Amino acid sequence: MSDIKQDVQLEEKCFHCGDKIEERGYHLDNHDFCCLGCQTVYQVLHESGMQQYYRYNQHPGKSNRTEKEDFSYLDEPQIADKLIDFKDDKITIITFYIPAIHCSSCIWLLENLYRLTPHVLQSRVDFMKKQASITFSHGQLPLKELVYLLSNIGYDPKITLQDVVKEGNKRNLNPLVAKIAVAGFCFGNSMLFSFPDYFGMGAFEKEYASFFGYVNLMFGLPVLLYCASDYFKSAIFSLKQKRLNLDVPLALGILVLFMRSAFEVITQTGAGFTDTLCSLVFFILIGKWVQQRTYYHISFERDYRSYFPVAVTVLTESGDKPVQLADVRIGDRILVRNNEIIPADAMLLKGEAAIDFSFVTGESSPIHKILGEIIYAGGRQIGEAIELEVVKPVSQSYLTRLWNNENYKDYDRHFQTFVNFISKYFTVVLLAIAFFAAASWVIDGNANKAWGAFTAVLIIACPCALALSSPFTLSAALSIFDRNKFYVKNTAAIEQMASIDTLVFDKTGTISSPKAASIYFEGRLSATEKNMLSAVCRNSNHPLSREIVKWLGSAHGLSNSQVSDFKEFPGRGMLANVGGQQVQIGSATFMGIGNIKSDGSVVFIRIGEDLKGYFTVEQSWREGLSTLVEDLREDYGLHLISGDNDRRLDALKLIFPSDATLLFNRSPMEKLDAIQQFQGAGKHVCMVGDGLNDAGALRKADLGIAVSDDINNFSPGCDAILDGDSFAKLPRFFAFSKDAVKVIHMSFGISLLYNIIGLSFAVQGTMSPLFAAILMPISTVTIISFTSLMTRCYAKRHKL
Amino acid sequence: MEIMYILIGCSVFLALVFLCAFFWANETGQHNDTYTPSVRILFDDDRADEANPE
Repeated sequence: MSDIKQDVQLEEKCFHCGDKIEERGYHLDNHDFCCLGCQTVYQVLHESGMQQYYRYNQHPGKSNRTEKEDFSYLDEPQIADKLIDFKDDKITIITFYIPAIHCSSCIWLLENLYRLTPHVLQSRVDFMKKQASITFSHGQLPLKELVYLLSNIGYDPKITLQDVVKEGNKRNLNPLVAKIAVAGFCFGNSMLFSFPDYFGMGAFEKEYASFFGYVNLMFGLPVLLYCASDYFKSAIFSLKQKRLNLDVPLALGILVLFMRSAFEVITQTGAGFTDTLCSLVFFILIGKWVQQRTYYHISFERDYRSYFPVAVTVLTESGDKPVQLADVRIGDRILVRNNEIIPADAMLLKGEAAIDFSFVTGESSPIHKILGEIIYAGGRQIGEAIELEVVKPVSQSYLTRLWNNENYKDYDRHFQTFVNFISKYFTVVLLAIAFFAAASWVIDGNANKAWGAFTAVLIIACPCALALSSPFTLSAALSIFDRNKFYVKNTAAIEQMASIDTLVFDKTGTISSPKAASIYFEGRLSATEKNMLSAVCRNSNHPLSREIVKWLGSAHGLSNSQVSDFKEFPGRGMLANVGGQQVQIGSATFMGIGNIKSDGSVVFIRIGEDLKGYFTVEQSWREGLSTLVEDLREDYGLHLISGDNDRRLDALKLIFPSDATLLFNRSPMEKLDAIQQFQGAGKHVCMVGDGLNDAGALRKADLGIAVSDDINNFSPGCDAILDGDSFAKLPRFFAFSKDAVKVIHMSFGISLLYNIIGLSFAVQGTMSPLFAAILMPISTVTIISFTSLMTRCYAKRHKL
Repeated sequence: MEIMYILIGCSVFLALVFLCAFFWANETGQHNDTYTPSVRILFDDDRADEANPE
């Protein structure tokens, strides 16, 4: 019976964060928790009478097991001043970027901060941007304490000096919105003033006709000069470059529309086309706006500065002092704690260094360094705190030099979108038809009609619908990708994606996941020994301990009380006494035995005097890797370039097709060169990578996709960020991007059809203002609805 | 029918007032966050609940 009960309870979820409860023993007020962190948050909120937090959503928290960051640098006024928005002698206003914001409970809690501490005066959350703007009295509550408070309730702010947050704070001064507003205003009004003419006016109303005409012209003027100004600039620029982009026929159409309207109104020969002009500009501006859609909380342009910490602890004679990174000098003695990043090339002075370079070089296992060795910046120390002497300033370290390397600079990508391609021919054909129509009327001896036909052709064939087809299709595709946790930088990248024929993968962190570990045990353990191990490992928060607890699974029965003298040595192992027997768990050096060669981390077990065996924990391939390769191998060339060694070559050979190039031990520069080689062979290459060592290749490739398990974490500059969870969907993403381009082609066909209908009237010189005023919006609406529906239809077909 | 000119002038003036109102709203950042207020309005005034949690 008790077994069944246990099983049922194992299925229970943490009251705070909803994670499965793997370790028992966190229990409060009839609620179970997965860890002490979650329980503490609950306790804090409960004591302040804020249980409402749990009522708006089930399990509103985020599991909170990562180690707490050291925020002591926030006491340095120099650093703090760069972060805050406003400060006077009483209050400070600061805006934090808080990645954990994800539900309405988060909003509620953060906006009720004042109930936790009276020194927070006001807090406001911007949900989409994941920002909280907090006003507090810094006299009673220093900035550091505020950050610790947030951290304690599970909302750690992400603090970097160079990042999206500060940029996002700017007011909404996008001139495009203002232009759309003005164009919409003019469109609405000029349409109203055109109605009398469309419906026909009685004889006595005719006296108003010219008045309405002039009023309309007045509305056309700001549209021409202000709203459409970008189109003229762009058209002139592209003509100077001897290229024809789509803005050329658009600008031409707009200009001709206005001139003909002005001519007709002033000579009192007609009502003009001002309403058509306004609606045209209004719609194409909306298309532009749709295309400009950006992500608030994801930055695609991050560089090393947002990877490094804000400040580093410098040891001086007068004690430890946090110093901002830019002020670190050669010869400074710095302290790097467990899980912190080494900010500059430095020499190891004290402590045992085990540096995880996986993000920088792609090597999967930590590297041990001995005293006096130079450690390159960018690695993450795992284990005890170490002391280092800086040998190079941050801006000239190995890593940052790589970044500033010429080859890493943004490449001018010679990529032609479909619309660019079409517009070249479009303009030429359009002008040819216009001149032809005019010429044939002149030959006919009807010079009056020639001018009418010429302008009518330019007006009616204005590629408004064409200009809208690609923004609307691609932005619909963008939001579908977004829903599937694939964040594409802009609409052009989707078209780029459709043209890709070669995919190059990185290994560590890209096709293998740092989260998914496979664990093996070599040796023998009895049931009691398993229980002892489990009891000891539960005391540690180290990821490897948690993996071992998971592996031991149902082993339980020993309560914590039977574990005594528990001691943890960060990065090395732990020691405890269980029921009178000494249990030692840890690395080879910790146990005092020689290292064995292995792929991942190795954890040895000693109970009493006997070595019982060892666990090997390896990064395993991401879920769905083999099906992904299977799905892609027919249409795409697949390759792998890794910075790591070729230990797992055999396994990879089984997964990748036989014609795939598998390269190992490649430096960042060599990765970039390999991409260049593929491109030299005429391939359109997509690089799928994750770390800093891929940064060059990601930029060089026609499309760079960064894989990240937490999109809020640092990822190198790229065209798209793929959430690790959606890795298996990659083939479908690629297929869908091709369909999106197909939709653009189809909608181009439709808009061409409208143009032909319009042209057949225009060349005859019989186009009335009413006809233009109806045709223009109808074609626009058709295109917008067709593209949106078609794109979603394709998405459904791909189950996205 | 000279009144037409005045009426049209009035209507255009009124429309301009609304356009200016939009600009003002945009400049003061009222369109910056279009989501959070929709959630915020749904929160209860919780003073009464505090006495009987859960």
